[in-house]
Amino acid sequence: MVGGAFGALVARDLRLALRQRGDALTVVLFFVLTAALFPFGLGPEPNLLARIAPGIVWVTALLAVLLSLERLFLADYEDGTLELLAQAPLPLEAVVLAKVLAHWLTSGLPVLAAAPLIGLLYGLPAEGYGVLLAAMALGTPSLSLIGAIGAAVALGARRGGVLVPLLVLPLYVPVLIFGVSAIDTRLQGFEGDASLLLLGAILAAALPLAAFAAAAALRQAVE
Amino acid sequence: MSRAATTVGESRSLHRFANPARFVRIADAVYPWALAGMAVSFLIGLYLALFASPADYQQGDTVRIMYVHVPAAWMALFVYATMAAGSASYLIWRHPLGVVAAKAAAPVGAVFTFLALATGSLWGKPMWGTWWVWDARLTSVLILFFLYLGYIALMNAFENAERGQKAASLLCLVGVVNLPIIKFSVDWWNTLHQPASVSRIGTPAIHESMLWPLGLMALAFTLYFLVVLITRMKSELLGARLRALGAAAAEGR
Amino acid sequence: MDGLLSFLDMGGYAAFVWPCFALAAVLMTWVFVGSHRELKQRERRMAQLRALSPRRRRGDAGEETAS
Repeated sequence: MVGGAFGALVARDLRLALRQRGDALTVVLFFVLTAALFPFGLGPEPNLLARIAPGIVWVTALLAVLLSLERLFLADYEDGTLELLAQAPLPLEAVVLAKVLAHWLTSGLPVLAAAPLIGLLYGLPAEGYGVLLAAMALGTPSLSLIGAIGAAVALGARRGGVLVPLLVLPLYVPVLIFGVSAIDTRLQGFEGDASLLLLGAILAAALPLAAFAAAAALRQAVE
Repeated sequence: MSRAATTVGESRSLHRFANPARFVRIADAVYPWALAGMAVSFLIGLYLALFASPADYQQGDTVRIMYVHVPAAWMALFVYATMAAGSASYLIWRHPLGVVAAKAAAPVGAVFTFLALATGSLWGKPMWGTWWVWDARLTSVLILFFLYLGYIALMNAFENAERGQKAASLLCLVGVVNLPIIKFSVDWWNTLHQPASVSRIGTPAIHESMLWPLGLMALAFTLYFLVVLITRMKSELLGARLRALGAAAAEGR
Repeated sequence: MDGLLSFLDMGGYAAFVWPCFALAAVLMTWVFVGSHRELKQRERRMAQLRALSPRRRRGDAGEETAS
């Protein structure tokens, strides 16, 4: 029963995202365009580009995910759906996780899919792609989860759009660090690096933390 | 229905704010002692830090920067911990003084954090040769500074003061959970990219003669925080009361 | 005099040591004075309000909205 409601909520959010066609497309375009800007600023020297590729991919992915965070709860808050969801039998924590899942499917996943393209543009060595995808698969859900906390506490605030990045970006630092270091250490020829494990640990910790914190913030918002 | 309910709810919670008589009584009793202690420890601490302590054999007189930098960095963390405790007591036990303390402490903590960054930079220039090095400790403090700014921005971003208080308290708790993770990740990142020819400052092997000025300056900073916190909390409480009176007057008309 | 000069010189590091202490003094004084001034201002405002409406001397927001 709860599972059905959860699935229905995810499906609804996905339908909404698809109806405003190209929300996911915009995120990917932003990601690719921003990443393609750096060579203009840094020069096309292949060694340099290959060396900074992991960092560029992660920073631009982080910004792309950030881009779509504000609307995570905003539409539901403004049209009153959130108040209904808060009174529904499905716990608000599950509502948060459903919305985060939908957000990740429309932002994190497309960015993940486009990441190898950026790797190609930057001449990332062949052995980096597997770990790049693994790191992003573990890291981008954390970005959506942590971002959900920021989006929830800033709900109904003045200048919410500028506020959310200010709240969320400092909290993204660990994901960025471990995401980049996972790729870097593999490129330097080390196997069995702990970064991927740490990314997984962050995801495992962010899951309950984001659910509780964001649900608490949503309760305050509709109170 | 909801509008009427919220105004009544608000004025009731403000009503609780308006009568923290016990806090004010205790605070007024503590205040003169804290102020006097602050003045004395600043006087002795500064005297020891600037005159009566030796220069470090490696760093020369720049080591005196430590007597500002280290207490400021300690306070940056201590104030955030205070805010987290206040926020938790507000969110869990609905203790209104908790958020008043956290809100009053935030700008002071931000100033301490900025001071730690600025003095770290001024210390780094003669030691490292550049104003800024992405050293693990400085980087963590920089992120802490951003957390302070986020808290203050969120607190003031709502029309309804209570919403801001709740949202910012929640953010503060999320921040305090994240701080150790951030610290750990920044240390990790720093050992990964060990800067080549940078001589690390680290804490110089602390000689006994440096312990006294450092301890006294730390005490002075703590008492300074206490004095300013009491003042700002009283001011915050009065502000809430004035707002409530203003709202009541507007409603009565 | 020499002692004073060498003290002010801070072993050649005057340009770094003194700005640190000066910055700390300025910022901390600014916060200290600002906080106290705000408190005094609000206390004065509260006294004014009380003087204006003696009836409200003991009353507070709760009673006002209840009536």
